[in-house]
Amino acid sequence: MSSSVWLIIGVIGAGTLLLRLSCFFFSGKRELPQALLRPLRFVPAAVLSALVTPAILAPEGTLHLAAGNVRLLAGIIAVAVAAKSRSILPTLAAGMLSLWILQALARSYS
Amino acid sequence: MSAQTLSFLAGARKVFPILLGIIPFGMIYGVAAIERDLSPLIAQGMSVLVFAGAAQLAAVDLMGQNASAVVIVLTALVINLRFTMYSASMAPHFLRLSPRIKLPLGYLLTDQAFLISISEFDRDPAEGQKVNKLWFYLGAAIPLWCGWQLSTATGIFLGARIPASWSLDFAIPLTFIALLVPVIRSRGTATAAAVSGIAAVFAMALPLHLGMIVAAFLGIGAGVLVERKKQDE
Repeated sequence: MSSSVWLIIGVIGAGTLLLRLSCFFFSGKRELPQALLRPLRFVPAAVLSALVTPAILAPEGTLHLAAGNVRLLAGIIAVAVAAKSRSILPTLAAGMLSLWILQALARSYS
Repeated sequence: MSAQTLSFLAGARKVFPILLGIIPFGMIYGVAAIERDLSPLIAQGMSVLVFAGAAQLAAVDLMGQNASAVVIVLTALVINLRFTMYSASMAPHFLRLSPRIKLPLGYLLTDQAFLISISEFDRDPAEGQKVNKLWFYLGAAIPLWCGWQLSTATGIFLGARIPASWSLDFAIPLTFIALLVPVIRSRGTATAAAVSGIAAVFAMALPLHLGMIVAAFLGIGAGVLVERKKQDE
């Protein structure tokens, strides 16, 4: 049983390494054509956003756009702190503290 | 101090605050793996062989649900598809390096190493001294690897002893928020983030975690369109 788990892990690992290396070994042209370069500029913003929003807007798996969604509120606070501080530590601290405070408030009012 | 050491330290300095965000991420993965009855060796093995938090968490979740091997592998690889985009962005900066060096550099590629490096490499050269790219990248990536292994091991060791009520898993999206906000610098990037973010929520229903990659592509397309429109004005 565990040998099949190792096989799964091995395949994921090999595949992931290939994905990471996918563009490293193209020799030839120094510059990618503009058609490929331009979209690359938006990769970080698009990918990070896609990773963030489900966790904040739908933490239970379905869309929850209400004040009852404490992760949404804590997330908004975190965004504000991130915009102001541009630094991860204040963002992390503010986000976690807001979440804990809001969760405690939600518990005391329920 | 050589230029290489200085660049390495510059990368390490930039990555340090992010390392602190990685700690809860790794611990949550470690705890999750143990909770789903994976052996510590397998759990740590995945951190070494795969070295990708989001995919590891998803794989461990699916293993706990007794999903088929094919589903587990495909889901993990789809989640990691974004690495091709990072690879494409980093490749020009590593162009002149030997293939033997490129292999470990590729292995070390993560969201955080990519973002820190690309924002440094794409800086306006007039702003200041250019760093040695290879060593800056290593300065960011190697501590991240060590931090990931250590925090994973800590989570594995603590097992189920971290209460879920602590909501430590919220640290994961918080880390991504902290990385996302500085990256939004123009109408194009803001559009890309907005479109991708909205699409990601609606695409949650897609199988195999395809939602994330579909949303990202939509966001990138929207960003390109907005930028092109701005140039035509």
